[in-house]
Amino acid sequence: MHGLLAVYRKELADHLGSRRFVILAILICLAGLSSVYVAAQSIRAEISDARNAFLLLFTTASGPLPTFITFISFLGPLVGLALAFDTINGEQNRGTLSRLLAQPIYRDAVINGKFLAALVTVAIMLASIFVIVSALGILTIAVLPSPEELGRVLGFLIVCILYVGFWVALATMFSVLFRQTTTAALAGIAAWIFFTFFVTMITDTLANAFVTLDTLFDPQAMLEWEMWRQNLARLAPSTLFQEATIALLMPKVRTLGPILVRDLIGMLPNPLPLHESLVLIWPQVTGLLALTAVCFAIAYIRFMTQEIRSL
Amino acid sequence: MFGWFKKQSTPATRADEPVTSTVIETQDLVKRYGDVVAVDHLNLRLEQGEIFGLLGPNGAGKTTTILMLMGLTEPTAGSVRVLGYDPVRQPIAVKRVVGYLPEHVALYDDLSARENLLYTADLNGLPLAEAKQRIAYALERVGLAEVADRPVREFSHGMRQRLGIADVLVKKPRVVILDEPTLGLDPEAVNQLLDLILAMTREENLTVLLSSHQLQQVQRICTRVGIFVKGKMIAQGTIAQLAEQLAGGMRTLEVHAEPRGAELVELLKQIKGVVSVEQDTAYWLVRATAEVRPEIARAIAARGWSLYHLRERDYGLEEIYLKYFQT
Repeated sequence: MHGLLAVYRKELADHLGSRRFVILAILICLAGLSSVYVAAQSIRAEISDARNAFLLLFTTASGPLPTFITFISFLGPLVGLALAFDTINGEQNRGTLSRLLAQPIYRDAVINGKFLAALVTVAIMLASIFVIVSALGILTIAVLPSPEELGRVLGFLIVCILYVGFWVALATMFSVLFRQTTTAALAGIAAWIFFTFFVTMITDTLANAFVTLDTLFDPQAMLEWEMWRQNLARLAPSTLFQEATIALLMPKVRTLGPILVRDLIGMLPNPLPLHESLVLIWPQVTGLLALTAVCFAIAYIRFMTQEIRSL
Repeated sequence: MFGWFKKQSTPATRADEPVTSTVIETQDLVKRYGDVVAVDHLNLRLEQGEIFGLLGPNGAGKTTTILMLMGLTEPTAGSVRVLGYDPVRQPIAVKRVVGYLPEHVALYDDLSARENLLYTADLNGLPLAEAKQRIAYALERVGLAEVADRPVREFSHGMRQRLGIADVLVKKPRVVILDEPTLGLDPEAVNQLLDLILAMTREENLTVLLSSHQLQQVQRICTRVGIFVKGKMIAQGTIAQLAEQLAGGMRTLEVHAEPRGAELVELLKQIKGVVSVEQDTAYWLVRATAEVRPEIARAIAARGWSLYHLRERDYGLEEIYLKYFQT
């Protein structure tokens, strides 16, 4: 255990003192502050129902600025990639890995400690930004959050950390698979662009391949098509993150799939309690965790079985 | 392998180690990478307090051997014992007592010399107070105490190499393995480094295995050397032993006299004990089974010829090296 902790301590100190951490933290903090400030202004102007005003801070887009959620879903992956793309191959290229492995520690202490340090760095960064952004929001709209809202924002924070954690695992995997740090970084950015911009286009096309939508109005086919599209999109971590955060921050969202008109009959438009929202997003959270686990497992196995000569 | 789940065994108290003066022992050690045999039936034995030079050209399998000794790679066949531990089954125990300096000493450039060593101490589980004391001593020992808090990226190659030695010393090793420690250093830095290795071996009662392809450099401090070519140990012993082994009981004399033509060769061949006479660049090389210098001198003087040079050639490591490496 001491080996893991030693690696963890050193990596955490490295991350927190590194320039990329500072730059990314400032970037996200500024983006978050501006989006929340603008959201607060528009809430103040048109607020009639103070219920959940605090949550609206994170989900209201105003003018050209996107919502806080959008910023996080856009910049979060970048943080994960930046922190971990050179985890293993960076040490390899500097030659420090063989010296590290010659110390009396288990080999997995290296990869576990590094992954843990990156995760904790992400958690520290996001938690600080959340606190700063919330403080600005509360000051501007002058409405205190209810315990329920605090719980929802806390849940949102945890989902954000999990989401960025996935990108840390992905970047760690690339850093084990590719010898060059630049290759690993490019692979990571390619994955980021793919999941951020192209997934929607591709899922539409694939759904078309499975279900042919006739020109005639066919509700059955439309429903099927939509199910295909949505379930395919759910293979992407970005979709899972968006669905989970929307359900958390908008208590009125009661389902994440298509809604039929007959479902709406007799429905009361009440917000869901927190635990119901949590039940709703449980599959999404599990999916995110599973994707993270798969990436990390690939990195772990590859790292543990590699010949030292090729390390 | 699963460090997460295994509780680390408490650091072996030095008392539970097998009592033996043999520090490193390999038996028929073989390592194959696919079809390539990197190390071929290596038998190596190092006693306590030795400085053993593993000498051989690049690609001879020196680093592979070292990696197997450290438990960083698994042998294909054969066995290794380091202080009685098996590096395949007890790599942590081996790494706890063996300090290893890889071929390209790599340190964290952004950290200071002291911080680099603190990390090593932390990885070795040293308590902070002891670590600090140990690091101060190690830095002092290698002459880097004054630059201890400067980032390593400002260090010269020689300073890095010395910091590498300090890094090895931090964990209080009983065995030190140095892979090409003198590579890329200027002659003065080489001498400094070798003096340092020699002094630390005595002070800390270490056993040292160092690999090199520059034997002229390391010959000075090695108590024993092994010549390692293409995965095979083709000779080992002290330098004097190797020289004797190489000469095979023959002496080689350099002779330069006037006239230097066929008559001289004829004369030399008549002397009892002379086996052959060959032309070398400037001299005739005479091989003989006994001490024949007085006879040669007398014979040449008796003819009234002039003798300019008569010397017994002794085999330095260079000749040994060339001789063995050419084969």
